[in-house]
Amino acid sequence: MIWNIIGTWIAAGLTIAIFSFLYKDNPLYKFAEHLYVGVSAGFGVIYVWAFDLKPMLIDRFISEHGIERWILLIPAILGILMFSRWIGKFGYLSRLPISFTVGIGAGLGITASVQGFLLPQIQGTLLPLTTINNIILVIGVITTILYFYFSHEFKGKTQYILRVGVVFIMVSFGASFGYTVMARISLLIGRVFFLLSDWLHII
Amino acid sequence: MRNQIPLIIVFATGLIIIITFFIPHEPFGSLEQRFLIWYSIVAGFTMLLGLDSLTRYHLVRIRDKMSGWGFSIVLLFGLFLTLGLGFYTWAKYQSPFTLGSPFMYLYTYVIIPLQATMFALLAFFIASAAYRAFRARTSEATLLLIAAVLIMLGRVPLGGWLEKQVIDLLDFIPGVHLTALKSLSIFALINDWIMDIPQTAAKRGIYIGIVLGGIAMSIRIILGIERSYTSGS
Amino acid sequence: MKFWEKLGELDRRIIFTIIGLAVIIPLVLKITMPIRVSETVRNAYHSIEHLPAGSIVMISIDYDASSGPELQPMLIAVLRHCFKKDIKVILLGHWALGLPLGEIALNRVAAEYNKKYGEDYVNLGYRPGYSALMVGIGREFRDFFAADYRRVPIDSFPFMRKVHNYDQISLLVGLEAGATGDAWVQFAGARFGLKMFLGATGVTAPDLYPYLQAGQITGLIAGLQGAAEYETLIKEAGTGTLGMPTQSVVHGLIIIFIILGNASYFVLRKKKK
Repeated sequence: MIWNIIGTWIAAGLTIAIFSFLYKDNPLYKFAEHLYVGVSAGFGVIYVWAFDLKPMLIDRFISEHGIERWILLIPAILGILMFSRWIGKFGYLSRLPISFTVGIGAGLGITASVQGFLLPQIQGTLLPLTTINNIILVIGVITTILYFYFSHEFKGKTQYILRVGVVFIMVSFGASFGYTVMARISLLIGRVFFLLSDWLHII
Repeated sequence: MRNQIPLIIVFATGLIIIITFFIPHEPFGSLEQRFLIWYSIVAGFTMLLGLDSLTRYHLVRIRDKMSGWGFSIVLLFGLFLTLGLGFYTWAKYQSPFTLGSPFMYLYTYVIIPLQATMFALLAFFIASAAYRAFRARTSEATLLLIAAVLIMLGRVPLGGWLEKQVIDLLDFIPGVHLTALKSLSIFALINDWIMDIPQTAAKRGIYIGIVLGGIAMSIRIILGIERSYTSGS
Repeated sequence: MKFWEKLGELDRRIIFTIIGLAVIIPLVLKITMPIRVSETVRNAYHSIEHLPAGSIVMISIDYDASSGPELQPMLIAVLRHCFKKDIKVILLGHWALGLPLGEIALNRVAAEYNKKYGEDYVNLGYRPGYSALMVGIGREFRDFFAADYRRVPIDSFPFMRKVHNYDQISLLVGLEAGATGDAWVQFAGARFGLKMFLGATGVTAPDLYPYLQAGQITGLIAGLQGAAEYETLIKEAGTGTLGMPTQSVVHGLIIIFIILGNASYFVLRKKKK
């Protein structure tokens, strides 16, 4: 119980230290900022060990037999080769694991982009032009795509197509701004709620 | 040879992944699954890469007593404290996640407030930007502003409250009967329409362009035309 | 004239103070406001409501403490809904620093409904890999999650013995603060037909509407307002509902700021001409 009270005061102190930046940059803020970076980096190391290397590599190496065991040396070596960039002369070896991950990422990305985005989204745009909403949606998608089509210059009256695209883009940016304001205010509400409720017990 | 092997690896792995999409049967299916497991293992190692440059940078700052070197001590203290508590908790409690453990104590009372408050600061800056910089200089900016205001009104109960006040005010005018409109939630309907139709259309158009570019880049990478990932090593 | 100049260049620390007070005062006064439920949240709610008891819902924690105030209320509301309907829950995540938030919420809500770890819910933890993980567990969970986050083999848990891939998962609930939602839709949804709805921060939510319109997700819970709406539907008020009056006041204030800032700009521009 006493540890929770101490912890709450530590959390409140760190919260106020970060908020002090609103007045101006100061040593208290810098202290909190550097502590954050250090602790976050430490968390990353623990997580990699506890949730990747130990269960996926070490435990598996111990429990598997034969070829299934020894083949795990390949990702282990690839992973260790990542660190070769720290040794100047052997830095080129880090290209091997990078190539492996990039190749897989590219391969997965192509199929997912087509199957998971392009085709369903185009299908979602193939709407009967029987309602005003459908008409607006189809026009919006086409004019927005055309706005970013730089291989052909739109001159004269065809420029109006781009103007329509700009209207849709501005509305979407305005909507995104409105939602972003909502998101940021929510984060502030969360912190103030912690200070007033958990720390000061006012609410 | 030094430059060829990475390109061969990219080509081979990318091709196998794509082929497996169309032929999920053996041997491609199990080969892809094995590659995905290896990817997960190797991805873990990449998370450790930044640690070296971070530690080295701050150790140099402490050694040379550069300006603000005291804060570098704070950073390294935080790092080693976390590592110590993390491995201790993991050894004693079997998992760093165990609630009530020292590691989760650090998470609850240090990570959560620091991380959350860093981003909560943005609320103040966005309000300041809205006041000082958000100007309707052009017709496009005006359109953006109007859409933003309509969304901000419709997204929260404020819009409904405003409607009720306006309707109550107008109802005082003889002959005006708008009480039935109270249940309509006009601002919320406008918000829903903006998000469902014009906003969706524009986002879809933008992302179709981005995705097409991404596909082109992925093909270039697999074919070895794009090699920027090999630099810096 | 000087008034408009001063108004247009108001010290930002005054603006910060006004915003701070606008957040504190409604919270202290405990103002309440009715919450209107939108169709996107209602559809998300029905995705769980129509599941029979014993179904398995997978929740992905793809956020951390920086988005906690928006997404944690959503997680708690969804967990309450699942446990009320005796739906089994599998928790996992792609954001390492967010998984403890999931564990905290699971423990709290499970205690409210007397749910037992291993019988009613399991926390698989975190694995790196992102899209590779999403595709990999579509074939076999055990290739990536042989054990849960406590290092207990998942076959020790009765309901996990029959779970091998997405075929046994009735619904995915992705709680998103970044682009992971897109990855879930494109990799797990499109390739394996996994049904899902997403909860997203206000920053991420507008980008997910195209998926909603195309039917790739069944619903969308957006921001703190979305969390408040879901809490209204399950009839359990939480921090989402508590925060909405404050949210309304600050939105109103920012709209006033925009109007005042532009008024000053237009008056000064007219004077210059």
